[in-house]
Parts: sequence; C-alpha cells; structure tokens
Amino acid sequence: MAIMAPGDPGSASQPGQATPLALGRTGDAPAGTGRITGARSLRRMTRALTSNRKAMAGALLLLFFCLVALFPGVIAHDDPNAEIYPRSLGPSAQHLLGTTAFGQDMFAQVVWGTRPVLLIALLAGFGATIIAMLVGVASAFLGGAWDGTLGLVTDVLLVIPLFPLLIIIASYLHGAGTTVLIAVIILTSWSYTARQLRAQALSLRNRDFLNAARVRGERSLYIIVVEIIPTMTSLLVAAFLTNALYAVLFSASLQFIGLGDPSTTSWGTMLYWAENAEAFQTGQALWIIVPGLCIVALGAAFALLNYAFDEIGNPALRPVRSMRGKRVKRAG
Amino acid sequence: MRFVLRRLGFFLLTLWVALTLNFALPRMMPGNPALAAIANHKGVISPQALKALEAQFGLNTHQNLVAQYFKYLGDTATGNWGESLTTQPGNSVARIVLDAIPWTLGLVGITTVLAFILGTVIGIVGAWRRGGSLDSLMPPLFVIMTVIPYFWLGLILILIFGVKLHWLPYFFTYNITLTPGLNWAFISNVLEHAILPAFTLLLTTIGTWILTMRNTMITTLAEDYVRMARAKGLPGHRIMFDYAARNAILPNLTGFAMSLGFVVGGAILIEEVFNYEGVGYLLLQAVNNDDYPLMQALFLLITVAVLLAILLSDIAVAILDPRTRGAS
Repeated sequence: MAIMAPGDPGSASQPGQATPLALGRTGDAPAGTGRITGARSLRRMTRALTSNRKAMAGALLLLFFCLVALFPGVIAHDDPNAEIYPRSLGPSAQHLLGTTAFGQDMFAQVVWGTRPVLLIALLAGFGATIIAMLVGVASAFLGGAWDGTLGLVTDVLLVIPLFPLLIIIASYLHGAGTTVLIAVIILTSWSYTARQLRAQALSLRNRDFLNAARVRGERSLYIIVVEIIPTMTSLLVAAFLTNALYAVLFSASLQFIGLGDPSTTSWGTMLYWAENAEAFQTGQALWIIVPGLCIVALGAAFALLNYAFDEIGNPALRPVRSMRGKRVKRAG
Repeated sequence: MRFVLRRLGFFLLTLWVALTLNFALPRMMPGNPALAAIANHKGVISPQALKALEAQFGLNTHQNLVAQYFKYLGDTATGNWGESLTTQPGNSVARIVLDAIPWTLGLVGITTVLAFILGTVIGIVGAWRRGGSLDSLMPPLFVIMTVIPYFWLGLILILIFGVKLHWLPYFFTYNITLTPGLNWAFISNVLEHAILPAFTLLLTTIGTWILTMRNTMITTLAEDYVRMARAKGLPGHRIMFDYAARNAILPNLTGFAMSLGFVVGGAILIEEVFNYEGVGYLLLQAVNNDDYPLMQALFLLITVAVLLAILLSDIAVAILDPRTRGAS
C-alpha cells in the first residue's frame, strides 16, 4: 500500500498539499517529547497561544463571532426573515446596512446568519476530527491489516475531488437542510487530518510509556484513550481548526450555489439571494460585500489560530523579531 | 518499478471507487432522484432519453443491480455516456463535455502555472530575506488570502473592475457577436474576458505556493550544506537558488503536479460567477437542471484528471528523489 514513512516531507502521496487550504505545512508535526498529560499540555498550549500575536488575533475574532452567535437578539432587534421594510434601502440609522431587495433588514440577517455558520463549523469540525482521530490512531496502533485497510480508505477519499463530490451529493438530496449538510461535510472531509494524526500516533507507538502500559496488561482501548490521545492534544486542536475552516468554506460555497437550504438565513444563502437579485447591478453592493467579509473573518480566525499552532510546533517558522535580534538571520 | 506498479494499483482502485460512487449515490438517496427529475422536467425530456434515464437509474427495468452495474461499467469504458437530458437536450454528453474542456484548460491551466511560478519565487526570496519587510508581511497576509472564498473574490473584482470602473468584461468567454476564428479581434476579446477570472484564481491560489515554499526553504536554509556554501563564499543568489531552493522545492513540485489535476474541476465557482462556459460552469448547470447523465460524466472526468496527475507526480517524484524509491 501507498503509506509513506511518517514525517517524510518528500513522500509522494500528500495530495493535501494540492488542495488550496493546505496552508503550507512542512511535513508532519514533530513528535512531542516524553509523556505529557492532557491537562499539562493544554496549559502549555494556552500559554503559547497568549504569547503569539497571530493566535491572539484569531482567538479574539473567534470569541467575537461566538458571542454574536449566542446573543444575536441583543445586537440586532429586527426579525431577519420578515419582509416588512421598504425594499433596497441604503444604509441608515434604522437599517445599519440597508434592506434587501425583498425588504429584509440586512444587518439583522448578517447577525442572525452567524449562528448557522458557526454551528456548521463547530459541529462539522468536531465530527470530522473525531473520525480522523479514530481512524488515524486505530490504524497506527492496531497496525497490520487494519492499518492497510484504513490507510487505503483514507488515501482514496483524499484524492477524490471533494467539492464536486459534495455538489453531486447535495444535488441528489435536493436542497439539503443544515443537518444533512453537516453530515455530508463530516463524511467527506476527515481524511486529510486522519493522515496527520496517524503519522503522529505512529511516532508514539514504541515509546516507553506505551510499552509500560502494554506490559502492565492494559487493554488496547485503555491505551488508546488514556495514554495516546492525551499526548496528541495540540495536534487534535490543529486538526479541528483545519476541519472547521473547511466546513465554513464548503458550506458557504454550497449555499452560494443554492444547494443548501435557501430558506435558512446564513451568510452563504445571503450571497445566493444577493446574486439572484443581481445586487451589484441594482447598486446593493453591501448585500454581497458584508456576508463575504464575515466568511473571510471567521475563516481567518481559524486559519490564524492554525498557523500559530504550526509556529508553536515548529519554532523555525516563528517571526525572527521574537528571537532576540537577528541572531538567526545569516547563521554566521 | 515496484513503487510505480503499486501506485498504478492505487490509481485503478480509486478509479473504481469513483465509478462505483457515481453508480451507487443516486440509488442510495431517499427517493430516486431520477423520479424527481422526470417529474420536474416533464415535456423537456424526450421519450428515448427518458428510457435511457430509467435504464441508468434502475427504474422500471427487470435487471438486477449487478447486471445494471456491469452495464454501467461497460458503457462508461466505451465512452457511451448517454445524452444530455435538459441542459442541451438531445446532444451527446461526450460532445458537450469536449466543447467545454478547452475553455477550462486555457483559463485554469495557464493561471495555475503562473501562480506556481510566481508563488515559488516569492516564497524563495521571502525565506532568503528572513525578517525583511516581505517576510514579516507575507505569512499573515497570505493566511488570510487562502481563506477568501474564490467566488466572493470574483464577485468583488466584478464590482470594482466591471460594474464601477467598466474596465473589463465579466460575463461569458467571449462577446457572442463575434464569430470564433483565428483573428486578432476574437483572440483579444477572449483574453479580455479571461483577465478577471484568471486574476481571481491567481490571487486565491498563490498563497499556498508561497507559504509551502517559504516554510520548506526556511528548514533547508538551516542545513549544513548551506552553511558550507556560505563558508566557501559563494555569491548569495547561487546559494539561494542552487543550494537551498533546489532542495526545498520538492514539496512544491509535487503539489504543482497534483494541482494540474485539479485544473479541470478546480475553478467551478469562479466559472459560475463569471458565466465562463468551462467544465465547472457546465457541472453546475447540469446540477441545477437535474441533468444526471451530464453530471455523472463530468464528475468522472474531474476525478480521472486528478488521479492521472497524482499518478504522474508520483512517478516524477520517484525519478527526482531517489529516497522515495527505497522507502516503505
């Protein structure tokens, strides 16, 4: 089978790098040193995050969107779906972003639209990461035929073009609701992170603390859940961020072409309706600009956090400034 | 050799999975989608096409699934992809697809090559001038660039350069009042229509090349042979290109070979936004019109393109990097 040695950046089968969102990872994350318990590695991660400017920016953005998604009614008092206002108004004190061509308040739509987007991002990101973790750890730990089969499934899914596949499935389903959308995104998008997690789990396989657990006679399930998974916390968080970002972009794209449920209010469906109403030609540029900016901001939150994780895992990538002068600059 | 054979095996397996997905998906969905399509498009679908559709989706046939499956595999292999139901009723799917391919290859293909070259060079220079203004600006900027949805950037460019400034056309592949031919008027018109979609694609894809190149390059710059080259007093540009970049470019090259496979299906939404009549635009038209035969053929085409590119890139890497041949 086509499974390369882990950590070999030149290995032939890393199609993830061809996808637009691979975010320039270099090979696999270096293995953690020694045994770190989950709580301690979490604390270390938090400290690393707060001292990294990209991470802070990403975290604050994400927090902002979470608050908006939790309390949309506090920010926007209008009903996002009620078509009760004069149509196509410009921005004013009453309607901060104006109204749509259907007479809805655009600001309320943007605010209320945060919730479904964030829901899809978090649920799909979480689901895909769980599958990736189960598949990756199981294939690394169980080895043999299990590894072969699971690796093969991962690799096949990795090279099948996901977006066209998503389009086809969504089209057979005829206007899928949010739940179906989440399920489809989870089922199609776990493979890239499964591969990374497998490589990490493989590098742990012969560590002393795992051998000790085996000698103690622990069951496989115990070893996987209590011994292996906690040491991979930071990689799991990174995998979650990658998957959540994919989910945001995939769902927005599907909704934009009308394959989501056009009756829910979310940023993607707003763009769909705006394009249908020819918002540019009728001078309603805000209808397209604002939901798109929101997608970019939320995506950037996940991407910045993820990139910061890369920098934390691979110190060579950090900005030179933070390393006391330019000591590293010319190695001489 | 064993390496190549194994990759060939993987290629065939994945191809089979894609074929089977194509066959199984409509049959797995709640309510047969073909029934819905027939109901939605009464009158548009000709009687023969209806029959073909029924056969394709296993309606009113007395064949069992296995027989249907083998007939499907045979039809696909012999290029017998049926005819379009609703998009261009009566035309053969193969013909429609062949008409759309050159547009996509031209637009996305050329842009992919450009993005790769530009991005790689920027990545090399950025990593070389570590800590310079280019290097400190780049990562956050391009992290954000990579999360901009293609289609939205396309819309924004349309707004600025099309609607507001009237500089460039933003619909269709060429002005339909012109007759296609090898004359300057037509060619310049085609190029004009390609600028905005190409620019959209370039802006959204270049970040990955830059970041990958930069990050590998930084790792390579710390190698001993680079230090050695510096100690020998070689000129900077020689160290940068011949010593560091040459060794750091492999991940980018593999990525490039693979992204060539994504050319065919990689810009679906950009084509949609600009009404650029390539493969992606066609796919969405087929989807919107429930034109399942066309849709299935396009999905297969996109998958095969990706698979071929991956196979070729594997072989190229095996030739370029001796380590892979021995590995695993």
